[in-house]
Amino acid sequence: MNALDGARVWVVVRKELRDFKRKRSIVVTMAVLPAVFLIQPTLTVFLAPASTTSDQLFQVPLLFLLLIPVIMPSTLAAYSVVGEREQATLEPLLTTPIRKQEFILGKATAVMIPTLALSYTVFVLFLAVVRLFAKPAISTGVFHQGPMLLALVLFTPLLAGWAILVGLAVSVRASEVRVAQQLATLASFPPLGVVVLLVTGVIHPTFTIAVTFAIGLLALDLPALRVVSRMFDRERLVTGVAG
Amino acid sequence: MDRLTKRFGERTAFSDVSFQVAYGEAFGFLGPNGAGKTTTVRTLGTLIAPTSGTAIIAGIPLSADNDVEIRRRIAVMPESPGLYLRLTVAENLEYFAGLYGLKHPGTRIGDALEAVNLSDRAGDLCGGLSKGLRQRVGLARTLLTDPAVMFLDEPTSGLDPVAARDVHHLITGLRTRGVTIFLTTHRLEEAQKLCDRVAILNTTLRTVGRPDELHDQLFKTELIVKTLAPLVDPDRLFARIPAVEGWRCEAPGTYQLTVSDLAVAAPEVTRGLVGDGADVLFIGEAQHSLEDVYLELVDEDVEARRR
Repeated sequence: MNALDGARVWVVVRKELRDFKRKRSIVVTMAVLPAVFLIQPTLTVFLAPASTTSDQLFQVPLLFLLLIPVIMPSTLAAYSVVGEREQATLEPLLTTPIRKQEFILGKATAVMIPTLALSYTVFVLFLAVVRLFAKPAISTGVFHQGPMLLALVLFTPLLAGWAILVGLAVSVRASEVRVAQQLATLASFPPLGVVVLLVTGVIHPTFTIAVTFAIGLLALDLPALRVVSRMFDRERLVTGVAG
Repeated sequence: MDRLTKRFGERTAFSDVSFQVAYGEAFGFLGPNGAGKTTTVRTLGTLIAPTSGTAIIAGIPLSADNDVEIRRRIAVMPESPGLYLRLTVAENLEYFAGLYGLKHPGTRIGDALEAVNLSDRAGDLCGGLSKGLRQRVGLARTLLTDPAVMFLDEPTSGLDPVAARDVHHLITGLRTRGVTIFLTTHRLEEAQKLCDRVAILNTTLRTVGRPDELHDQLFKTELIVKTLAPLVDPDRLFARIPAVEGWRCEAPGTYQLTVSDLAVAAPEVTRGLVGDGADVLFIGEAQHSLEDVYLELVDEDVEARRR
C-alpha cells in the first residue's frame, strides 16, 4: 500500500475549514451549541447547596460537557461526503490523485480541529467560572474530582473521533444530507453510555477506570477508521451502485 | 479501448466498445441520453471499474493499481463543473492545485485563469458566477495540470450561444496546445466543428470516423435536381442515364437521384434535362450533416428494438 501524502491531507483540511467558516449554519451551530452546554453545567454548580458531595457536583456537568464532542462533529462529518455529492463537487474531486484514505483523514481532521477547540474552550471556561465565582466549598469539590477531569480531557477527542467516524460512515452511504445528519447523531451516542455509567454512579470514577475506558474508546476508533476507508467506494459514490 | 464493457447488475451501460484516440486528437463522443457516454468517461477517468475489456489511457493500462498514476495525467470536467460555491474562483483552483501537488500553484492558477479570461474574477465567490462563468472555471481547473488527456463531458450543456462559443474557442485553443481531447456532447454541430473524429455510441459503438467519412459510409451519393416546373416524364428521362441508379420526387419539381458516380451522372443529367426542355433551377450533390448520420444510426437502433 502506498504511503499517505500528508500535504494532500492538509490541503483537504484547509479547504474544509475555509468552507466551514463561510457556512452560516455551521458558524451558528458552533457558537450556540457550546454556549448552551456551558450554561447548564455552570448553573448546576452555582445552584448546588454547599452540602453537595463532590461526586454529585460533577455528574450533570460532565454529561453536558461531553455532549459537545458527540453532537457537533457528528453533524459536520455526516455532511462531509454526502454534502459534496449533493453539490456535485465529489466527482471532480475523485478524478484527482487523492487517495480515499487521504480524503477521509482530511475530512476527519477538519471536523476534529474545531470540535476540540470548542470542547476544551468550554471546558476551560467552565472551570474558570467555577474557580472565580462559585462558593469556595463547591469550587474545591470540583477541582478535587481528578478522575472526572481526566475523563473529560481523555474522552473528548475519543468521543469526537467516534462521532466523526460514524458520521463519515453514514455520509459515504447516505443519499441525503438531512438523513445522514440525523442517523449520524443517533449512532454517535452509544459510547456516551460510559459517561452515563460514571454519572449515575454505577461505576465509581478512578484514574484507572478513566484511562481504561479511554483505551477502550481508542480501540473502537482505530478499527472504525479502517471500516470507513473500506466503505468508501468511488463507484457507489459516483453512480449510486456498488462497484 | 478494447472491448470495454460496463454492466450494473443486469443493466448494460456500454458493451464491447473498442476504438483508439491518437495523441493530440480531438475526439467527439456522441449518443442519445442513456447511451453510456458519461459512464464511458467515468470508466476512462478511473471513477468506476470496467466489467470487462481493457483500455490504455495516456499510455497507462487501466487498472486499480494504476488509478492514481492515470489521474495525474488526465483531467476530467464533468457535466456539472462542481465548484465549491462558498469559495472564490482562486480558492477553488488552489484546492485542486494542492490535490495535484503542483509546484508554484500561484503561477499555474494565474495561467489557467488567463486562458479562460477570468483573471479579473479570481476573487469572486463561485456562488455568484453565472453558469457560463462557472463552466469556464471548471475548464480552468482542468488546465491546471497540463494534462495529456482531457475529458470534457457536455462542456456547453445549458449554456447560451455566446457562452458556448467562448467554450468552443477555449477547446480550439487546447487543441493547438496538443492536448488530447475527449469531448462528450449532444450538440452535433459542436462535434463537427471541434473534432477530428467522432464516435457514435448507443450502448454499443455504432460507428467511428471522420465526420465526412461517416457521411460516405452511410449515405449513397445523391444528386438534387430542381426544375421550374415538374418534369413531364421523369421516369423516362432518368432511366436512360446509366449513372442514375434510382430517383424519387421530393416535391413538385424537386428530385433526389441516387447515382453511382457523381462526375459522370451530373453532366449527363444536365444534358438530359436541357434536351427535354426543362428549366433547371439547381443541380448539385445532396449534403448530409453529422446530424443526418447520427439520426440514421439512432433510428436504426430504435427500429431494431421495435422488431
